[in-house]
Amino acid sequence: MIPAAFDYVRVDSADAAVAQLVENGDDAKILAGGHSLLPLMKLRLASPSKLIDVGRVKDLSYIRDAGDHIAIGALTRHRDVETSALLHAQNELLSTVAGHVGDNQVRHRGTIGGSIAHGDGASDLPAAVLALGGTIVARGPKGERTIAASDFFQGFLTTALAADELLTEIRVPKIPGAKVAYQKFNRRAQDWAIVGVAAWKLGDASGVGLVNMDSVPVRASAVEAALASGASAADAAAHASDGLTPPSDLNASPEFRSHLARVLTRRALETCGA
Amino acid sequence: MKVSMTVNGHVQSHDVEARTLLVHYLREPCGLTGTNVGCDTSSCGACTVHLNGESVKSCTILAAQVDGESITTIEGLAKDGVMHPMQQAFQENHGLQCGYCTPGMVMAAISLLEEIPNPTEHDVRIGLEGNLCRCTGYHNIVKSVLAAAAK
Repeated sequence: MIPAAFDYVRVDSADAAVAQLVENGDDAKILAGGHSLLPLMKLRLASPSKLIDVGRVKDLSYIRDAGDHIAIGALTRHRDVETSALLHAQNELLSTVAGHVGDNQVRHRGTIGGSIAHGDGASDLPAAVLALGGTIVARGPKGERTIAASDFFQGFLTTALAADELLTEIRVPKIPGAKVAYQKFNRRAQDWAIVGVAAWKLGDASGVGLVNMDSVPVRASAVEAALASGASAADAAAHASDGLTPPSDLNASPEFRSHLARVLTRRALETCGA
Repeated sequence: MKVSMTVNGHVQSHDVEARTLLVHYLREPCGLTGTNVGCDTSSCGACTVHLNGESVKSCTILAAQVDGESITTIEGLAKDGVMHPMQQAFQENHGLQCGYCTPGMVMAAISLLEEIPNPTEHDVRIGLEGNLCRCTGYHNIVKSVLAAAAK
């Protein structure tokens, strides 16, 4: 399968990418690792007229201690998130979840910024960043702004990013010593999660994010509230599918997904010592 | 557009469309047909090559994205007519049946051992999850990789 024809430009800075976005508007798409965008283009589900390749913008690939949070450059590969000693010490949930994205080859190419900007409710990292109460940094022609992860994912493959904005950084809190778990249910190795649950717990604080339980990644607020009021893992997990209308496809009915969410949430919470 | 890269130690430079995927760049203008197109959806791993030493799926990368980079394909492994230890291990342990997935399996396995030099059987099975063998010959593939690691 070959994508529809497009113009290609490689840029060497975030500002140059923004300038290209301003010039080309909605017809242009940012290309990072390409592991979300190129499959869509090969299926002709996306046919941008111009690709702006930011893959060589080296100063957007980093994982650094930024004082009260950990900052991760948008172009950081999943492999680097998975193996980061800083994240293992300060936010093990993110590195754990990154280690479950696709397979080794995919993790060598795919980027965290690309995955978050794609905003797929079925992919692993958006739900983790949501569960962590993370923040997204976007750069546009008027400068930078920050967007709470809870405001970022707006609908099916739709995010709060404007057409002329580039996602530059993801920020996650420091939660050293937190117990973390990622429960990913799929039928074949390296497949998308039929349902996934990313959870962390540190003292009375906790976060639970759900994969593929809606057209967007979802934070399981009812589960978190139950935990905060002293519920057991099993009792809290019973609320995992409250108020959700999960998708129906060849892999699972909405009812089965709801069942999976409750079971996987219980397992994740038990791993977190809840 | 002109796209140049080092493939198996030689500079290759060809005029291609921007939409040319790396796997087609390697197979067509470069004439290196050892890298197979399998599922064409970054699932099966038959198209696995090394980009700067790391395994990647060449069906999901534009040739233009790796302009100026270094690529190794299955054809680049043997040195002076002597097979790479991983290739030898696949031969000695009957690590292939029809052979279609084999180039990708070998490339993925070499990259895996770079990251985990002394893997357990579990490490190998997880590490090769991005490579599918429709003959289901996984048992001997895993055996081959473990044998190569022990060499």
